Amino acid sequence: MYGNAYIDPNDKAAMMLAGEDPQKLAEFEARIARGEKIEPKDWMPKEYRKQLIRMIEQHGHSEIIGALPEGTWITRAPGFKRKLALMAKVQDEVGHAQLLYSAAETLGKSREEMINDLITGKSKYSNVFNYPAYTWADACIIAWLIDAGAIINQVANAKGSYGPYCRALDRICTEESFHLKYGHDNVVTLATGTPKQRELVQAALTRWWPPIMHFFGPSDKISNHTEILMKWKVKMATNDDMRQQFLNMYVPKIWDLGLTLPDPNLKKNAEGKWDYTEPDWDEFKRVINGGGPCNAERLAVRRNAEERGRWVREALNTAESKYMVPLA
Amino acid sequence: MIISLDPRVTRAAIEEENTIEPLRALDQWETYEVFHQKRRGDQHMHVGIVHAPNAEMALIFGKEQFGRRGLSVNIWVVKTRDVFTTEYDDSDIFETVPDKQYREAGGYKVMDKINKFKKGLKSE
Repeated sequence: MYGNAYIDPNDKAAMMLAGEDPQKLAEFEARIARGEKIEPKDWMPKEYRKQLIRMIEQHGHSEIIGALPEGTWITRAPGFKRKLALMAKVQDEVGHAQLLYSAAETLGKSREEMINDLITGKSKYSNVFNYPAYTWADACIIAWLIDAGAIINQVANAKGSYGPYCRALDRICTEESFHLKYGHDNVVTLATGTPKQRELVQAALTRWWPPIMHFFGPSDKISNHTEILMKWKVKMATNDDMRQQFLNMYVPKIWDLGLTLPDPNLKKNAEGKWDYTEPDWDEFKRVINGGGPCNAERLAVRRNAEERGRWVREALNTAESKYMVPLA
Repeated sequence: MIISLDPRVTRAAIEEENTIEPLRALDQWETYEVFHQKRRGDQHMHVGIVHAPNAEMALIFGKEQFGRRGLSVNIWVVKTRDVFTTEYDDSDIFETVPDKQYREAGGYKVMDKINKFKKGLKSE
């Protein structure tokens, strides 16, 4: 975009490439087209860096905040074995946040900056975690179906173009497979149990269905902007495609257990796609912008943890510490 | 005070509108690159980084982060700033040319000569 051509500020696709060196951009795009990965110190368009930081950082925050509703249930999980398993899962989620923060750090945003943006509410995280886990069955539905959704998203993104993000996701996906099995096992136990247990899991499923349908986000607008992000392998699948994949894999498994879903329009159509009632995107926007039942609690808990741990971190720090961006 | 479904949250008496000083640089310490060995006899491999205040804690965090499923038998950590690296921009330094075949096993073809020599012996 050199020269004195006027760039329409409403033309998002043109704006995102404004000022980039055309030769470097061509080399960068050719590398991605060849299936090669981009590494931290490679040249990259400003917009590529910006979008990746935003995406990886939000993903990291989701892992941290997602551990909160589940952590609620550690002390009350039924039986010693389930307590141990849930503790292991929650530890994994926090570990995932660290892997993701590290990947985002290689792009030049420090972990302190990311945490600050989380606790002041500037950065977003997955909207589902603004809802409470009322019963043990809610924790089971989260472990099974929210993790299932996360895996679909993560498996797609693991084929993206940014090396450190792909490496983090490969490791994460391996661990998530335990979460999925663990969650499924718990839901099956409830669904094949006493009438009271079935009632509990059905109520949780009904409660979580709208947030699950929101999970992949609204339909993507087919814009040049999306097209470029897909060409750069920042975005690997559309939100609707991921939602379809989720429905295809999990609705039959849910129905197998004799559970029902609170959407009378949900069915597979003649073309093999799933029809469903359009989720309430106003509710989604209201919650993501702070209006959900747990937004305030989640961030307050997070701030509290940072504040109470601060003296320990400071006591351990040494004067000769010097920060350098991690290598990979 | 937050009244939460999480009894721990309620007990901790957390104010919903609590504000805190932003984290300062180095609050999360510096980073260490972590290398692990999967099995005795394998090479150590880079697996990622941890933030830690010193090498001893980097080893503890490294073990928690990368070795908690029994997939490592040994871990090394080294401060990120102590690692010297080549630049991807200079990757042409790794390029080689066909006339460097003398470095490769495939650059040595002796069977032709041996067969010719054997033929020569027979015809004598």
